[in-house]
Amino acid sequence: MIYMDHSATSPVDPEVFKAMEPYFVDSFGNASTLYSLGREARKAMEDSRKKVASLIGADPTEVIFTSGGTESDNIAIKGTAYRLRKKGNHIITSDIEHPAVEETCKYLEKNGFQVTYLPAGEEGIVKVEDLKNAITDKTILITIMHANNEIGTIQPIKEIGEIAREHKIYFHTDAVQSVGKIPVDVKDLNVDMLSLSSHKLYGPKGIGALYIKKGVRLEPIIHGGGHEKGIRPGTENVAGIVGLGKACEIAEQNLEENFKRLTAIRDEIIEKVLSGIEQSYLNGHPTKRLPNNINFRFTSIEGESLVLHLDAKGIASSTGSACSSKKLEPSHVLMALGLKEVDAHGSLRLTLGKENKEEEIDYVVESIKDAVDTLRKLSPLWCQVDEE
Amino acid sequence: MYSEKVMEHFSNPRNVGEIEDADGVGTVGNPVCGDLMTIYIKVKDNRIEDIKFKTFGCGAAIATSSMVTEMAMGKTIEEALEITRNDVANELEGLPPVKMHCSNLAADALHAAIEDYKKKLAEKEA
Repeated sequence: MIYMDHSATSPVDPEVFKAMEPYFVDSFGNASTLYSLGREARKAMEDSRKKVASLIGADPTEVIFTSGGTESDNIAIKGTAYRLRKKGNHIITSDIEHPAVEETCKYLEKNGFQVTYLPAGEEGIVKVEDLKNAITDKTILITIMHANNEIGTIQPIKEIGEIAREHKIYFHTDAVQSVGKIPVDVKDLNVDMLSLSSHKLYGPKGIGALYIKKGVRLEPIIHGGGHEKGIRPGTENVAGIVGLGKACEIAEQNLEENFKRLTAIRDEIIEKVLSGIEQSYLNGHPTKRLPNNINFRFTSIEGESLVLHLDAKGIASSTGSACSSKKLEPSHVLMALGLKEVDAHGSLRLTLGKENKEEEIDYVVESIKDAVDTLRKLSPLWCQVDEE
Repeated sequence: MYSEKVMEHFSNPRNVGEIEDADGVGTVGNPVCGDLMTIYIKVKDNRIEDIKFKTFGCGAAIATSSMVTEMAMGKTIEEALEITRNDVANELEGLPPVKMHCSNLAADALHAAIEDYKKKLAEKEA
């Protein structure tokens, strides 16, 4: 199988798995206990915290472990909103956020907060000018993703952070898709909070982290035994934490090499598909995107069918088509780009990972061509396009 | 999530294409929702002697189109009108619940083609 859906999840790196193994049966101790077994677990956890902090340029004391990206986003956004609600009730985000941010903001809207959704526009990148204009004296939080999960576009986080600092507004970024793929440095990016997830960077599922800049205070949204500074209580998932730490360590070592190699594969696939298939287009920005993200659209066909045909050829991919979503609505990200529904249905996302090889490019491109061709022959819309 | 039968019809759809001198043509669905299908029928002595389809849509939309053409081929107009959405889904060994409503339109397209045929026939006779 050629796996090209790494933005959905990635396989656990065998080295990560090996690092985790002792923490299930042998070193199973509760990291909050006093005896040696517990201290061992605590030490493994704190080593991991250093590795996570190192990958994002943070101090280890600024990293708390969570169950993943969704939880990190919820803690950061609701935690800020509840803490600062006396100061103001306005939040600024974008219209292409992951549901973990989008739905959290919508929930807060139902509970007395006002949310401005900055338009990402045709290229899928928010404009700093729009942000400046959206800020009011009631704004307490800006939450804008680092890189988009569907179209891979990279947002001007550093510039947004500068503006947030000037206005003394907290700034959170969901960096689930970017950490480990492009350089992420919390100081350079001027962020106060940053969410990351383990299973997008070859670590296990069910573990993630939230960077909280020293001095930033959040209202806890989960209550319990005081673990993780009381921000994320619950007995620590030591094996998961060790896995995340190892994954971050490996990601840091290989970041530059993977960035170069995947960018080259990405650009070759894009070039060959756009030149080889008529009426094919790239969604999102041509260069300001993740090195591993490709998002096409093909007229007159529907994405779920395309994904099924590619699966039959041994290629794992995804689509923003309504037909493949639980809500039966086209991707809000593709709609935010200004696409018509019928075009959003014809989208195909390929997200590369470190096990993808240059040798796979031609097979993947040929398979896409075949599948698009087969579906267009079936499509009543394709004839109409033909006759124009 | 799809049955083997659905995948089989999706991968090898039967009766794909158009009939140029069709006696009836029926189109249902809406590309905005992601599904659009057209069914063409050729009728002789009150029997469907040829049937073809073209579909834009998901796996379920394509499989139900293919299945309904197979079910209707050779049937009388009256028999074909009795084919329901549920019959198509059953013949395919079921559809995911979320697809039952939005993508299971093939029986409707068949009925629309038959209505078109009847209308043309009435016009001819008039």
